[in-house]
Amino acid sequence: MANKRIDEATGTETVGHEWDGIEELDTPMPRWWLWTFYATIFWALVYVILYPAWPLIEKGTEGVLGWTSRGELAQDLALEGERKAPILAALAHVPIERLPADSVRMRAAIAGGRAAFKVNCVQCHGDGAAGFKGYPNLNDDDWLWGGDLKAIEQTLLHGIRQPGDDATHASLMPAFGRDGIFTPQQIDQVAGHVLSFTGKARSTAEGAQLYADNCAACHGPAGEGNRLFGAPKLADAIWLYGGSRAEVEQQISAPRHGVMPSWQGRLDPVTIKMLAAYVHSLGGGEDFVDNAAEAEAPDAQP
Amino acid sequence: MEALLTRAGVWFVLAIAAVSAVALAQDQGYAVHMAIVAMAALIGLGVTASSADVGAILRGAIHTPVDPSRYDDDPVRWGVLATVFWGIVGFLAGVFIALQLAIPALNLEPWLNFGRVRPLHTSAVIFAFGGNALIASSFYVVQRTCRARLAFPQLARFVFWGYQLFIVLAATGYLLGVTQSKEYAEPEWYVDWWLTAVWVAYLIVFVGTIVKRAEPHIYVANWFYLAFILTVAMLHIVNNLDMPVSLFGSKSYPLFAGVQGALVQWWYGHNAVGFFLTAGFLAMMYYFVPKQAERPIYSYRLSIIHFWALIFLYIWAGPHHLHYTALPDWAQTLGMVFSIMLWMPSWGGMINGLMTLNGAWDKVRTDPIIRMFVISLAFYGMSTFEGPMLSIKAVNSLSHYTDWTIGHVHSGALGWNGMITFAVIYFLVPRLWQRDRLYSLRMVNWHFWLATVGIVFYAASMWVAGITQGLMWREYGADGYLVNSFVETVSALHLMYLLRAFGGGLYLAGGVIMVINVWATIAGRRRIEAPLSDAAYDPQADRPITAVPAE
Repeated sequence: MANKRIDEATGTETVGHEWDGIEELDTPMPRWWLWTFYATIFWALVYVILYPAWPLIEKGTEGVLGWTSRGELAQDLALEGERKAPILAALAHVPIERLPADSVRMRAAIAGGRAAFKVNCVQCHGDGAAGFKGYPNLNDDDWLWGGDLKAIEQTLLHGIRQPGDDATHASLMPAFGRDGIFTPQQIDQVAGHVLSFTGKARSTAEGAQLYADNCAACHGPAGEGNRLFGAPKLADAIWLYGGSRAEVEQQISAPRHGVMPSWQGRLDPVTIKMLAAYVHSLGGGEDFVDNAAEAEAPDAQP
Repeated sequence: MEALLTRAGVWFVLAIAAVSAVALAQDQGYAVHMAIVAMAALIGLGVTASSADVGAILRGAIHTPVDPSRYDDDPVRWGVLATVFWGIVGFLAGVFIALQLAIPALNLEPWLNFGRVRPLHTSAVIFAFGGNALIASSFYVVQRTCRARLAFPQLARFVFWGYQLFIVLAATGYLLGVTQSKEYAEPEWYVDWWLTAVWVAYLIVFVGTIVKRAEPHIYVANWFYLAFILTVAMLHIVNNLDMPVSLFGSKSYPLFAGVQGALVQWWYGHNAVGFFLTAGFLAMMYYFVPKQAERPIYSYRLSIIHFWALIFLYIWAGPHHLHYTALPDWAQTLGMVFSIMLWMPSWGGMINGLMTLNGAWDKVRTDPIIRMFVISLAFYGMSTFEGPMLSIKAVNSLSHYTDWTIGHVHSGALGWNGMITFAVIYFLVPRLWQRDRLYSLRMVNWHFWLATVGIVFYAASMWVAGITQGLMWREYGADGYLVNSFVETVSALHLMYLLRAFGGGLYLAGGVIMVINVWATIAGRRRIEAPLSDAAYDPQADRPITAVPAE
């Protein structure tokens, strides 16, 4: 401690040690620093009394406020649940065919459906429901299995090609090339006829004949499609697996078949109803043709 | 002669063992790693053999004579070069993964996908860049402040080269997919064992040097270095307690599972920040800031109080990484309140660093190295305020899992750890290679501005991104349903990710300027330029005390 001196620039005394030319001043700790430090310690002491904090043998202290993070979550969920309960109960009672007539409930159903869609459906159908190759666009009116509310709900409930669900949409197109039904030349001719519906290729007599014998039963004589079998319309510009000649030939030769889960059992009936309303609202939803007449009365259920 | 033969024999046995392990390996990653170890052992054998000075052996001397009146700076010089090299590797990996997040097509499967390059980036900057800076600077500082040469010089060399082998094994392991999936502790069991051996040797060299000091007192920088070395040893061992499936395979299973495993992991992870990136770098600050400013430390009392407060409080703060998880509420509370109490002890280091400039503030205008120290302390202060704030549960419920955390980490890592390391490198290079000045102080100034602007882009874009993410995740519509799907929150961040990569690119550009400057300085060149001020250096005074023992 022999080498204490007053530092000229600050007027503060040094502590008297020196290491490789480094000295230390004997400045007191800044008061604001010390008092802020004390304040945080005081705050911490109060906090650990109010909230769960100290581990004991069986479990931690619970804090005088009785707060728990799980309790807070349960409370939030219960509050939200109560808020939504009336509209969900109402939706459970309205048959889906009657929904459009009730604009308040329809709007609530669409809002709930949008939220459920963002969790369960965007993975395949995309963020804006515009689909990808092999996953249908839900914004247009080109429906494979029907686009009215009832049909959409049916598709959601039972899925597409889901084993174990008797009501699932199931249909298979023969693999004309892979199974040797057509020769490569015949596939080329049929593809030409298919593409001729949209003017992208010229049909041939052989192609037309092969189409009429093998394809028209499901896809229709003029390629108009058939929703009974989920047979896509071939006379428009919408192609699930691509519309180039090579892609069409590929699909004739060894067709791919899309699948969708049956959501019954995974989601509750109201959520499925809301999803149907949301998908219906995207732009391509169709009105009811004859289902509405058969609908049960809204108060048939308890 | 015998010692030489023994050493060559050890290398040879090690090489044989590693080659056998390659033959017996049960997976490809382990085989590649053992081949690297065998190669390292063969290099060791070659160096040992070629260092055999036949004439000296005949005279009965084993080691080439050392000059006891100079400090033992070889490991420090290697460490500075390694710091610069690994820094560039780490920054480059960082810019690459930042671009991968903005442009997913850059994920080159399987070796260069985000999941493998990300730990490469974090380990390269924390353990390779930061670790080499800490080892090199600690060997430099402990000698000067003890006025003694390094204890166990051979062991010190083992520490340096052993640590480099650890880095190579860790980095290649990540790219090969060898990982135990613990953040900042990804290397598998055999790499952990190796690092433990290296680290114990490091502790022995450091404590040995303090024990043989010629100064009556231990300088504050050495308290911080010692806290860093001891605590990292404890953290590393406890977090890596695991059982290898086979001695010839890379896979192992940890002792702690589930929420216990998570708590141990974040006790480790948070204190890696606390003791590696804070205590260790504060040690650098306590030596190099007063040296460069040529001013006494502001307050001895503050250094004592904030040192003990910091190391006592830091060790409890880890659970704040696990807010709103399966961790019991009581542990979350303790993690949070200890983080809040940590605020002032952390700021004690900033105050002591910044206020040391009292009487020398004019140097911020004229000395770009001082300017780097000052900005690093400013970022240190900012991120040690942000940290306690983010640990508050209400704030954390918004910020957790968002890019805000990434921004917070980088304002600390780029601003505090990076900037102070650059300043220390610029301080050390002329002194270690006996040059009278750096190649260019003006280029230091360029480095300063590129890095600072880069950090501002990085931190600002990640604040915006993190808060956007947090708000979008919790946004409820009028009907009581969540408004956004996850993918919408991702696509909303695209611009911020590009800006972040741009900021990282600026920081990397600053690093490249540093490489040129360091290279040219070592080559002995001096750029002709208008002078800026720098701290004085007297090589004659830079010597250990050898003749007279301490009073």
